Amino acid sequence: MNRPIDLSVPKLRLGGIRPDFPIIAGMVPSGTRVLDIGCGDGDLLQFLQLEREVDGRGMELSQDGVNASVARGLAVVQGDADADLVDYPNGAFDVVILSQSLQVLHYPRLVLEQMLRIGHSAIVSFPNFGYWRVRWALALRGRMPLTSDLPVPWYDTANIHLCTILDFLALCQDMDLHIEQGLTLGRRGNVKAIGAAPGRANLFGEQGVFLLQKR
Amino acid sequence: MSTAGEPSGDVTGEVITAAADGQGAGPALAPVHETFTITEDRPLTLDSGRTLAPVQVAYQTHGELNGDKSNAILVCHALTGDQFMAGRNLVTDRPGWWETMVGPGLTLDTDRFYVICANVLGGCMGTTGPKDIDTATGKPYGLNFPVITIADMVRLQKRLIDHLGIEQLFCVTGGSMGGMQVLQWAANYPDQVYVAAPIATAARHSAQNIGFHEVGRQAIMADPNWHGGDYYAHGVVPQRGLAVARMAAHITYLSEAALQHKFDRNLQDRTKVSFGFDADFQVESYLRHQGSSFVDRFDANSYLYITRAMDYFDLAAEYDGALANAFRDTETEFCIVSFTSDWLYPTAENKAVVRALNAAAAKVSFVEVESDKGHDAFLLDEREMFTTLGGFLHAAAHRRGLGQRQSPGHARP
Repeated sequence: MNRPIDLSVPKLRLGGIRPDFPIIAGMVPSGTRVLDIGCGDGDLLQFLQLEREVDGRGMELSQDGVNASVARGLAVVQGDADADLVDYPNGAFDVVILSQSLQVLHYPRLVLEQMLRIGHSAIVSFPNFGYWRVRWALALRGRMPLTSDLPVPWYDTANIHLCTILDFLALCQDMDLHIEQGLTLGRRGNVKAIGAAPGRANLFGEQGVFLLQKR
Repeated sequence: MSTAGEPSGDVTGEVITAAADGQGAGPALAPVHETFTITEDRPLTLDSGRTLAPVQVAYQTHGELNGDKSNAILVCHALTGDQFMAGRNLVTDRPGWWETMVGPGLTLDTDRFYVICANVLGGCMGTTGPKDIDTATGKPYGLNFPVITIADMVRLQKRLIDHLGIEQLFCVTGGSMGGMQVLQWAANYPDQVYVAAPIATAARHSAQNIGFHEVGRQAIMADPNWHGGDYYAHGVVPQRGLAVARMAAHITYLSEAALQHKFDRNLQDRTKVSFGFDADFQVESYLRHQGSSFVDRFDANSYLYITRAMDYFDLAAEYDGALANAFRDTETEFCIVSFTSDWLYPTAENKAVVRALNAAAAKVSFVEVESDKGHDAFLLDEREMFTTLGGFLHAAAHRRGLGQRQSPGHARP
C-alpha cells in the first residue's frame, strides 16, 4: 500500500537482483536469524536464504507483498513497522534489516530503537537526499527534485522523512549507536566506504547502507 | 451464510459413499463417509478427569491418501459445523459448509491432498454426543454427558489420525472453533503437524464471547421443553430456546456493515410497520428463519456442551500463562488469517497468537483480509484468503515433496 514507489528500487539491476542486495548480504553472517522489515515480495529474504542460509522472517504492510512472499515459502507477517515491532521480544534476531523504507516511516527514530532492541545488529539502507543530482535540481530550479530516482511529485510521494547521509550520521551519534560499517552505493552500482570523508560520500553517494549496533 | 454446516438427525454407522459433486476441474472422486469407534478397552480420558467409551467418530474424506501418507489435511469444523465440509450433506441434503475451500483445484485441492473432517466430540452428526445412548443406562446421555474441552475434541481427532496410520498431518486448518482446535493440535502434538493454518480464531475465549454463549445457553435452558436436558424422554425439542440462541449468535457472525448492506431497515412483505410484534423488518424475518432452520439440524444439548468447551478454551493457561510456551521449540509453520470486520474473533486476538509464535521463534505468516462480511467471512468467497492460504500450502507441499497431483493407487485405510 505505502510502498516507496519512487526511491525504493534503483533502476540498475545486476543479474536480476537489486545492487544493494549483495552489499546487505555481505553484512549478514551465514546461518543467522534475520528479520526484513518492509520485505515487499520477499526478494531480499529469498536472496539471503540462498546466499547466507539465514533463518528469515519478514514484515510487510501490503497484502500483495505478503501473499507473494508466503507463496515463495517465506514466513511473513502483515504489519506496520511504525506500530508492530513492539510485538517482537528482545534479542529475537541477529540482524534486523530496513531496506529502502526508512523514508516512508512515521517514526524513523523509534523504529531504529526497536530494531536494535529486537536485533543484535541493524542494517539500514536509504536514498541519500544529499546526492549532488538532488541538490542540483533543488538549487537550480528551486523546486522539489524530480529525477529518474525521484519521479513522483511531492504531493504524491510516500516519502515523508527523507534525509541525507550526514543527517543519518548525526542521528546515529545522537542515539549513541555504533556504526560497524557505512557504505555508499553510486549510480552505476559502485560501492564506497564512507570512512573519514562523510561530506564527500554525502555528495556522491546515491544511497547509504549502514550496519549498526548498540554501544 | 452460517457458521456451520447444516444437518440434524442420525448418521448411520456404516460406510456411505456419496455421489461425486462434479465441481472444479476433472472428475471428482466421491467423498467417503466413515465412522471409527473407540471401545471400552481403551477409553477416551477427558480434561474433566472422566473417561468416555464407547465413542464413535463420524468423518468425511476427500481425495486419496498417498503411499507414504504425507498428504493428509485435517479440517476442524466450527461450533455448529460438521464433517460435511464439501459435497452433499447427507443429513440436510445441502452443500457442504466449506465448498469454497475444499475440492478439486481449490485451495484444499482434493486432487493433491487427502482432506479429512470429523464431527467433533459432543456433536450431533454421528460423533458421540449428549443425544446418544449412554451404554451404562441405556438412555441418552443428556446432561450426564461429561463436560468436554477443545483439547478433548483434539484428543479424539488424534485417535482417529492414529487409526488412519498417519504419522504426521501435512496440515491442520479450520476457522473459528476450528482454529482453536488447530492451535491445540499444534501445541499438544507439534511433531504431528507439518503446517498449521488457524483462521479467524483466538487462543482464548474473551469475556464478550463467553457472554454471548451464556445468552444462548440460558435461552435453551429457559425453554420448558428442555426438561433439564432430558427432552429426549419427553419426545420434544427445546426449539424456541435453541432458535433464540441461534438468532443471537448469528448476529455475532456478521458485521454491522453486512447487516446494513443486506437489510437496511427494509420491511418484510409490507409497505408499513404493523404496530405489532410480527416480523416487520427483513432482518427479523431473516433471523427467525436462521433460528427455525437451525433447530431442524442441531441438538440443543450439543449446543450447550460445545459452547462450554469454547468458553473453557484458554491455551496459555495450560502452559503456565504464557502462550509462547505452548509453541516452544515448535517446527510447525503457521499461517494465520483474520478479517477486518470480524468482531467475534477480531484481528487483535489473532495477532496475539502471531506475537506468541514470534516470541517462540516459530515460523509464522499472517494476513488481515479486508472484508465487511464479519466473522462468517472465513466461510465465504474471500479471494485474498484463498490466495494467501493457497500460496502457503503450495510452498509447504513443495518443501514436503508433494507433487501437483496424487497418482491413483494409494493406501486408503
